[in-house]
Amino acid sequence: MLVVVCVKQVPDTTQVQIDPVTNTLIREGVPFIVNPYDTHAVEQALRFKDRFGCRVAAISMGPPNAEATLRKALAQGVDRAVLLSDRTFGGADTLATSKVLAAAIEKLAQEEEVGVVICGKQTIDGDTAQVGPGIATRLSFSQLTLVDRVDELDLSGKKIRVSRKLEGRHEHVEAPLPVLLTVVRELNRPRYPTVAMRLESADAQVEVWDNKVLQLDVNTIGLKGSPTWVSRIFSPERAKGEMLGDGVHDPEGAAQLLIDKMLEKDLLAL
Amino acid sequence: MTPQNVIFTTLLVASLLFFCWSVYRRFSLLCYGQPEERLDQPARRLSEMFLYAFAQLRVLRKPFGLNHFVIFWSFVILALANGEFLVNGVFPSVSLALLPEGVHRVLLFAFDVVSLLTLFAIAFSFIRRLVVKPPYLDSLYVKGKSPEAFLILSFIALLMLAYFGMHGSLAALGMENDPAAMPISSLVGAWLGPHPSLIGTVYSVSWWLHALVLFAFICFLPHSKHMHILTAIPNCYFGALTWPATQPREKFEKGAVYGVGSVERFTWKDLFDSFSCTECGRCQAACPATNTGKALNPRQIVHAIKTNLLENSQALREGRKGTLPLIGDEGEGTNTEDAIWSCTTCGACMEACPVLIEQMPKIIKMRRHLVETESRFPEELLNLFENMEQRSNPWGIAPGERAKWVSTLPIKPFVAGETEYLLYVGCAGSFDSRAKQVTVALATVLNAAGVSWGILGKDEKCCGDSLRRLGNEYLFEKMALENVELFRERGVTKVITLCPHCLTTLKNDYRQYGLELEVVHQSELIAELIASGRIALDKKDDSFGRIAYHDPCYLGRHNDIFDAPRTLVQATTGSTAVEAERHGRNSFCCGAGGGRMWMEEFTGERVNHARVDELLAQKPDTICVACPYCMTMVEDGLKDKGAGQVRVRDVVEVLAEGLLRKNA
Ligand SMILES: Cc1cc2nc3c(=O)[nH]c(=O)nc-3n(C[C@H](O)[C@H](O)[C@H](O)COP(=O)(O)OP(=O)(O)OC[C@H]3O[C@@H](n4cnc5c(N)ncnc54)[C@H](O)[C@@H]3O)c2cc1C
Ligand code: SF4
Ligand code: SF4
Repeated sequence: MLVVVCVKQVPDTTQVQIDPVTNTLIREGVPFIVNPYDTHAVEQALRFKDRFGCRVAAISMGPPNAEATLRKALAQGVDRAVLLSDRTFGGADTLATSKVLAAAIEKLAQEEEVGVVICGKQTIDGDTAQVGPGIATRLSFSQLTLVDRVDELDLSGKKIRVSRKLEGRHEHVEAPLPVLLTVVRELNRPRYPTVAMRLESADAQVEVWDNKVLQLDVNTIGLKGSPTWVSRIFSPERAKGEMLGDGVHDPEGAAQLLIDKMLEKDLLAL
Repeated sequence: MTPQNVIFTTLLVASLLFFCWSVYRRFSLLCYGQPEERLDQPARRLSEMFLYAFAQLRVLRKPFGLNHFVIFWSFVILALANGEFLVNGVFPSVSLALLPEGVHRVLLFAFDVVSLLTLFAIAFSFIRRLVVKPPYLDSLYVKGKSPEAFLILSFIALLMLAYFGMHGSLAALGMENDPAAMPISSLVGAWLGPHPSLIGTVYSVSWWLHALVLFAFICFLPHSKHMHILTAIPNCYFGALTWPATQPREKFEKGAVYGVGSVERFTWKDLFDSFSCTECGRCQAACPATNTGKALNPRQIVHAIKTNLLENSQALREGRKGTLPLIGDEGEGTNTEDAIWSCTTCGACMEACPVLIEQMPKIIKMRRHLVETESRFPEELLNLFENMEQRSNPWGIAPGERAKWVSTLPIKPFVAGETEYLLYVGCAGSFDSRAKQVTVALATVLNAAGVSWGILGKDEKCCGDSLRRLGNEYLFEKMALENVELFRERGVTKVITLCPHCLTTLKNDYRQYGLELEVVHQSELIAELIASGRIALDKKDDSFGRIAYHDPCYLGRHNDIFDAPRTLVQATTGSTAVEAERHGRNSFCCGAGGGRMWMEEFTGERVNHARVDELLAQKPDTICVACPYCMTMVEDGLKDKGAGQVRVRDVVEVLAEGLLRKNA
């Protein structure tokens, strides 16, 4: 069985600044990192590998330099890395992105049965959390989002049992394979690559698939296949807060007021 | 030959054979260690050996060391007497009496006096172990009151008593040809004189006792901690010629092994160190980790290496991997991961060891194995490693914010040819809000003195100190190479550092990459500026009250800078800083070195609490530091101890405030 992880290269958002004039992100000189949630997805895939001996493939759609992201996954121990890169894939929204990723997974499935696909919960740049569900829908896989614990993967019974982290509660669910999981950070602690793995991965092969390989209709992918358009990106005006109580003379009273306010606005989950 | 000679000779030959076989068995194990160059510069090595092994400089640092000094030198002198005894036992006609009379006299006198001194020294040793035993004599697996220690002490005492028994009887019989040269033997002879029937028995019993104890000693020696009698002297010869503040590079290539995960991965010198440990406990008495109840005891690290090597010796000889793991929880012959991660790399252990054992580098070697081969380390470090790799600073703050501290000051970038010094601000000085104040103070002082300096601004990168001490050599190397390249590109030759950790890394570690920089710590440069009159103070500022100075390990012990920071205090206030009980070379760590800054402290007392208690005992109004990590640790410690009224200042802040007040 093959486990597929989807990893995306994202700009290190802590280092992204907004251009005050154009109100757009200044992306120049910003280093790229692996989408943090995806590192947990890779770790989960590797745990399946450690436990069941299944193979793991990492795929990413992006420009040629997204190869670095896949190398990192290789250093952590994935068996195969495929970069989906073609000019016609560019400018994709979540629909077009999931179409390309789903096509790649189908192609991988021609060689080896895909039992589990793992995505991050969301990215730190696009933030939509739609790509995972999009892939599941396209492939008709079961769909388990926000997974924070995998209780059991039953390969012979072809089912999986997980816990989902929802606001203020957990949900324990079971689904038949093949399944797509989107995962949250609480799921695990990603492994740190050993030096040997890093050196191995430096020369390991990252396969690059373009649209000649996937053979998708160019009108359904990339910019052309994207029905959503971003009209403007801006940083929201920060509304000025209010002063609560007298923190200098009555800190406890002020703290109480603050807690009441947060409860009133439903900012504290109890 | 008399039957006595025959028995004696047989036993002697048997013990010597057993001794040689045992020594060969042990020392041949060194061949399984990795190579390491320790034979260069024989002249310097001989002088080190003289100072530490024969003059016993380190041993004498503790008052009780005098006792060992006496035993050691008695041993050396009595080696002649014992040699004579052994030869004489085989060839009764051969003795030291064949020497010129004058020489023989002196020797006889020396043997007599020295034997008595040894008896006293042994008595003191018994008292020390039985009555006033210092706690550091006990480690987890080796106790101060161990049967082995008492057996050896008894052996020595018996040898001395037997010596007096033999020579006393001979004196009583008038058979000693120069009794006047042997005051104590003569005294024993005088006691025996009135009991002629006893004399013969006393002589035979003493002679056989002397012989048998000597044989037992010879057989037992290579199997006990007293092995150090054989190894301590060569160990001092093979000792590190430069203080090991840095670690050797590793070669990163496919199929290579990193760090030390099993005992034969240590170098032969590491293994030899383990054979040389005297179990004196001085390193453990000095270690901040041991002192605050952590799993680490540097003495046990060394002991575990020896035990592990001996346990696995059969396997190694057969070309197999040893079965007892070096790192794990399997008792005496293994080191726990907890112990390995508890080290602050302060170097106090190495400073204390009388036989120049290098404990700390062994710990870092094992860390390398854990990080680079096993990828096993405390959870907190994952963040640190990622932050360092992605953002080149331990906090993971955006590199673009590195030069933010500059905002209030007119500061120029470093330009080769135009600027003399690069001020390498370092991560703490750039990002930590308290340390940023120190950077600003330093900048104003440098400007006031008219020093030509500049910064790299947002192009500056972390030096990688914590990574190297934590054993993440792969990432350290990556960062070191980037920095070396950057410094070369920018034409940097002279560097001022704010932080002792940057100092040591740029000065001692980067040298391995062919970058020879002239690196000074801010306190050194400022002390020079004071001396040359470029900074003038009136030595009258009393607003800091009583100042206690805390020596940062990486400034003091690791880089020998003790006076400069004290000079800054003296120049500003006119009075010398008061000293904590442990200061200078023997200073006690704040707890942040060796990457401990980024780890939780789960067991025992906090190291910074122990240090702050010691500093507070001097009743200071201000505690001075010269390192941003020490600053954090001391400030936190004071807060926890409810001593927030005590101020903490970097020495350069004291000077800067003094300048400001003087010029106001
Ligand atoms: C500057 C900018 C402009 C944009 N313009 C548009 C636009 O005009 N129209 C529009 O619809 N969208 C636009 N987007 C959003 C873009 O569509 C998304 O970045 C992309 O489709 C993925 O969605 P997401 O980042 O929200 O992923 P999410 O749905 O949040 O990602 C969930 C998970 O899916 C997987 N995944 C997501 N993307 C990939 C990938 N490329 N390769 C492999 N795995 C992946 C990962 O496992 C990830 O954790 C823009 C984004 C940016 C930053
Ligand atoms: S370097 Fe310091 S903390 Fe580490 S073992 Fe030695 S004395 Fe202990
Ligand atoms: S390592 Fe050195 S200081 Fe420590 S117990 Fe052994 S001999 Fe003493």
